[in-house]
Amino acid sequence: MTSVADLMAYDEVLDRFDPVLGLEVHTELNTQTKMFCGCTTTFGAEQNTQTCPICLGLPGALPVVNAVGIESAIRIGLALNCEIAQWCRFARKNYFYPDMPKNFQTSQYDEPIAFNGWLDVLLDDGSVFRVEIERAHMEEDTGKSLHVGGSAGRIHGAEYSLLDYNRAGVPLIEIVTKPITGTGERAPEVARAYVSALRDLLRALNVSDVRMDQGSLRCDANVSLMTKDATEFGTRTETKNVNSLRSVERAVRFEMCRQGAILATGGSILQETRHYEEVSQSTRSGRIKETAEDYRYFPEPDLVPIAPSREWVEQLRATLPELPWERNNRLKADWNLSDEEFRDLVNAGALELIVATVDAGAPADEARSWWVAYLTQQANTRGVELAELPITPARLARVIVLIAEGKLTTTLARQVVDGVLAGEGEPDEIIAARGLAVVSDDSALLAAVDEALAEQPDIAEKIRSGKVAAAGAIVGAVMKKTKGQADAKRVRELILERCAEQ
Amino acid sequence: MSSDLTRFTAAELAAKIQAGDGEVHAFLHVAAEKAREVARGVDADVAAGREPASPLAGVPLALKDVVTTEGIPTTAGSRMLEHWVPPYDATVTARLYQAGIPILGKTNMDEFAMGSSTENSAYGPTHNPWALDRIPGGSGGGSAAALAAFQAPLAIGTDTGGSIRQPGSVTGTVGVKPTYGGVSRYGLVAFSSSLDQAGPCARTVLDAALLHEVIAGHDRMDSTSIDAPVPPVVEAARQGLSGDLSGVRVGIVREFSGEGYETGVTASFEAAVKQLTVLGAEVVEVSCPHFGYALPAYYLIAPSECSSNLARFDAMRYGLRVQLPGAGAEEVMSATREAGFGAEVKRRIMIGTYALSSGYYDAYYGQAQKVRTLIKRDFDAAFAGVDVLVSPTTPTTAFKIGERVGNPMSMYLADLCTVPASLAGVPAMSVPSGLSADDGLPVGLQIMAPALQDHRMYRVAAAYESARDAADGGPLINRIPELEAVKA
Ligand SMILES: [Zn+2]
Repeated sequence: MTSVADLMAYDEVLDRFDPVLGLEVHTELNTQTKMFCGCTTTFGAEQNTQTCPICLGLPGALPVVNAVGIESAIRIGLALNCEIAQWCRFARKNYFYPDMPKNFQTSQYDEPIAFNGWLDVLLDDGSVFRVEIERAHMEEDTGKSLHVGGSAGRIHGAEYSLLDYNRAGVPLIEIVTKPITGTGERAPEVARAYVSALRDLLRALNVSDVRMDQGSLRCDANVSLMTKDATEFGTRTETKNVNSLRSVERAVRFEMCRQGAILATGGSILQETRHYEEVSQSTRSGRIKETAEDYRYFPEPDLVPIAPSREWVEQLRATLPELPWERNNRLKADWNLSDEEFRDLVNAGALELIVATVDAGAPADEARSWWVAYLTQQANTRGVELAELPITPARLARVIVLIAEGKLTTTLARQVVDGVLAGEGEPDEIIAARGLAVVSDDSALLAAVDEALAEQPDIAEKIRSGKVAAAGAIVGAVMKKTKGQADAKRVRELILERCAEQ
Repeated sequence: MSSDLTRFTAAELAAKIQAGDGEVHAFLHVAAEKAREVARGVDADVAAGREPASPLAGVPLALKDVVTTEGIPTTAGSRMLEHWVPPYDATVTARLYQAGIPILGKTNMDEFAMGSSTENSAYGPTHNPWALDRIPGGSGGGSAAALAAFQAPLAIGTDTGGSIRQPGSVTGTVGVKPTYGGVSRYGLVAFSSSLDQAGPCARTVLDAALLHEVIAGHDRMDSTSIDAPVPPVVEAARQGLSGDLSGVRVGIVREFSGEGYETGVTASFEAAVKQLTVLGAEVVEVSCPHFGYALPAYYLIAPSECSSNLARFDAMRYGLRVQLPGAGAEEVMSATREAGFGAEVKRRIMIGTYALSSGYYDAYYGQAQKVRTLIKRDFDAAFAGVDVLVSPTTPTTAFKIGERVGNPMSMYLADLCTVPASLAGVPAMSVPSGLSADDGLPVGLQIMAPALQDHRMYRVAAAYESARDAADGGPLINRIPELEAVKA
């Protein structure tokens, strides 16, 4: 494992080298059935219960293409501004591994279904970086190995391995970028922002669960460095097992620093597969193969070529949903936000939460205000992402509605939200349990108003002589007496009424 | 058909095979129980006055052991699958059952259908009923021998480069490779996916046509299956039996003659051509200049596909597993493949792995695919002028067991005339054309037709068969020497 001492400072890396990225994202499609058979694809089902002769690769079994899988691939290609192949084939990628039932993966090689596209990626400073897409192709997932005994679930040293083929044959789309150059110091950020944008896109298309934690979205990051005067790319490494957006950013940054240190001392980069380790936030070398892997690709003879008609492609294009950037522009206009305000809200991870809160019945400005102010503050205090706070958009929307109905004051509402964050249940339950209802009984309020006026006769006199602004002090006093459970506006009205009477 | 007859065909034939398959060794497994069950179903239909499930209901059949059968072992002639019992039926198997055809058992074959003599079976060779020291052809030697030995009236074979036609030729039986995609490959243990094709084997052309119609037709489970009506092969065979071929244009492939062809085979072929002329056919010579490259192209494409298709035999999920205490998965895979595959299978996996390797792909696999295109064009050009093409099925009669085992190249030459049709995906069949004057062993006439025109060759074959039977005073198969097993 690479030790920390072998890393070059990030600034020095940037002084001496230009980073080049290549990102390969695999996304599992959310089709009901697998790519080449009728087995279901439910995540987390009991081992080997979603299998059949085809996805187990039994002798004699043959694949039949899932038409929905092809449709999803074309829709992804179109959303990524790709050309869609007039004619393409599947190919066999041959290599031996126990979790692969046929010991070849049905994939696509030199004839991908979609190619030559791009995706515009929004960076933290609000600028847009265009990532060129090389290709998007269809393939099938492998099964899963569980290595028992030995060290940390790795195959080496394991006593035995268990195989689960439920995932074998689940449709995958692999999306490959062209080499990404010109990012400079923003290379790690571009990598994260690209995967994030792609995730949003796939979600909008409703083609995948895009759960990085469950492996339905997986990223392999290719990183290389070239010296400032070089004309050719340097040797790249491919880092796998990058299971979160933050890891994508960290893995790229780590590889840049690791490679910089090696190159600076005259060493050369080994072209290899590396694995990202979440705990140490570093990459480690995979097993080094003595010879380059030769996958012996050839066209899959058990499947016929795919020739999507132009009519079909245009039909699919016409049914593409509103894409994330289109939606962002619409929301920005609807909510009447500046570019900067909108970007802040995206960066805070509040966009989807606000949309969901609005969908649950809250006005947009109220929803936005809660998420970007009070709740962001709460998230920061707790050191978690906004979305990880234990409050749902629906519960927040209920609180906002209660304020609008005059049943909560802002002060009370915060106490209710605090209750929700503390796991005390639904807003209405918390209001009941904590006795947080607004004091709307005028006689009770009037008693408090009279008391406050009596306590501060000089202020009372000012109000009576027409200095209405002085009422604020009495409002404050009444709110204190009612422990914040009064509606300040009503209190103010009552004070003015009282002073006018006397 | 009487219920007595159905009971005889299913139960007694199975018993007979179990008692006396020793000399021929056509069968690897006899499935008497299941055969009786299917036959009882046919009996019940007859007793209830129902229409039989098909014209062949109750007629028993021998199934090549490369076709999966639920609950009945399927070994593909390999040690690798010695105890494997498939959990599912091939589409062909299912269609046989639907037609009320009892499956007597599974027949011997070259391992994974690789071979031309059935000597590559892990379970010992099959003997040709015409001469027990001779090979029955391959890879489907078991199916052809079962027909010739009167163990079964019908059989199913699979043909990748000639594995139905060449055994038919050397056993004096009829063997048909339908148009590629005409019969579902679902459940055929794959050798070479772009070439494999199941087809009927029988003692007469009409029987083959009847069986063809049972197994053919579109299948959703096989993406390469053709979604088109089954060619009217039974009608064509019946039409052919009238003996009139006037208006039919027959092409003789110039490239299928000369060196390597036994004089007895050439003489038989010439006599057959003369017979076709007598029947009214117009015979012309055609040239297919690229057929000479068919054999090398075939021996690159088929091994390439097989190297990938056979990768799944890795000891992980089914079949043989060599136990190596303390060893990792890779070592177990390697040891199992070493122990489970025979020499010919290993040879082809190695050739195919090499041909697909980066740096060699274009020169070998890529080049072979180009040859394949040229061969298809040769067929297109030829069929522009003629309805069918004819040739000897194989250059020699049945050779002696052991004669070519040490020389793979001479073994591959047995496929010389059969591989072009395989590469082009067009239908081709072998029909008996008498006995060779050299050694008194059967010779076959190959008839080829354009894709989906399978009926054309059935018509010509049936006409030729009826004329030859009339001239010989009966079917060729009746002249087979008596076997101990047959006498019993
Ligand atoms: Zn399945």
